[in-house]
Amino acid sequence: MDMELTGDATSLEASHAAHVKAPAPAAAAHGQQHPIKLYLVVWTALFVLSTFSYLVDYFDFHGYLRWFLILLFMMMKASLIVAVFMHMAWERLALACAILMPPLAVLVFMAMMAVEANYTNLARLTFFGAGQ
Amino acid sequence: MTTEPAATNEHNPRDSLAPLRGAITDWSSDQRSFKSASWGKTMMWIFLVSDTFIFSCFLISYMTARMSTTTPWPHPSEVFALTINGKEIPLILIAIMTFILITSSGTMAMAVNFGYARDRVKAAILMLVTAALGASFVGMQAFEWTKLIREGVRPWSNPFGAEQFGSCFFMITGFHGFHVSVGVIFLIGVAINVWRGDYDTGRIGFNGRRGRYEIVEIMGLYWHFVDLVWVFIFAFFYLW
Repeated sequence: MDMELTGDATSLEASHAAHVKAPAPAAAAHGQQHPIKLYLVVWTALFVLSTFSYLVDYFDFHGYLRWFLILLFMMMKASLIVAVFMHMAWERLALACAILMPPLAVLVFMAMMAVEANYTNLARLTFFGAGQ
Repeated sequence: MTTEPAATNEHNPRDSLAPLRGAITDWSSDQRSFKSASWGKTMMWIFLVSDTFIFSCFLISYMTARMSTTTPWPHPSEVFALTINGKEIPLILIAIMTFILITSSGTMAMAVNFGYARDRVKAAILMLVTAALGASFVGMQAFEWTKLIREGVRPWSNPFGAEQFGSCFFMITGFHGFHVSVGVIFLIGVAINVWRGDYDTGRIGFNGRRGRYEIVEIMGLYWHFVDLVWVFIFAFFYLW
């Protein structure tokens, strides 16, 4: 960046030409290659976690324990898929922020709709009685 | 400036602010913000973010319907149970579908690796295995839909409880199944190109451009996303 600030017009033009001629930007050659063993470990972990979440239903857990376990296994699986299979762990922070932050807005939307749904439920109970 | 600023990751490991400083520099640089991702990969990521919002809207509307109804919600554990050898096993088909989709994600991840290693036969075979697993997933979903429709589940009513159950179920699983189907078609196409060695010979594709092995990784991003969405559907729709 410093070079650009000090460079005069001709050197900028020359550098622009060089950039156009370049076969591909450096970033395009940045392939994601990781040891197969890593994928096998994550794969096994996903299998185990899925079994755990299935067992939550099989053993018929209820209440907060059930919800907590479901969310825990779900978040662990989702993080493994995004970080390793989708290679987010090796991307730069600029991309990770741009991709992972906007979905957080969904949580706000979810909270708003939960309040709304509670209100609708209350109104239905008040005006129509408790179901048919 | 001869080239754009290089994406350097070598910094002092004790300097914990370095990634943050890198992010600010990347965003304020004049040519490209995503230095470790090509335009193709970036565009796939941005598409996936928009798809995340679509699926989020489905799941949030499902939450709203389920929370606001005064009729009890059907118990998914019983609705999706299968009777095998005279014994009723809860959610067993859904569990098998989950394992199949995870397996397909594993084979896809390895296909990406072999693609970058220029091992085109292994990459193509793994992609075709992924496509086959995806197709079997869609087949099981068709079986599940048929079973529920025979039992009288409709978007507007069902014999198990709250009426909204049917519309939520068909919308959410249908849209996900559509994504899997599109992925299978896309996978077969890319697998054929890889098998033929298009990305080694520089054959011009249907879009008038030469493809690169990176398309395998981009395809992989889409496929893993489909698996990711299923993780959320499995948790919120089937287990909750």
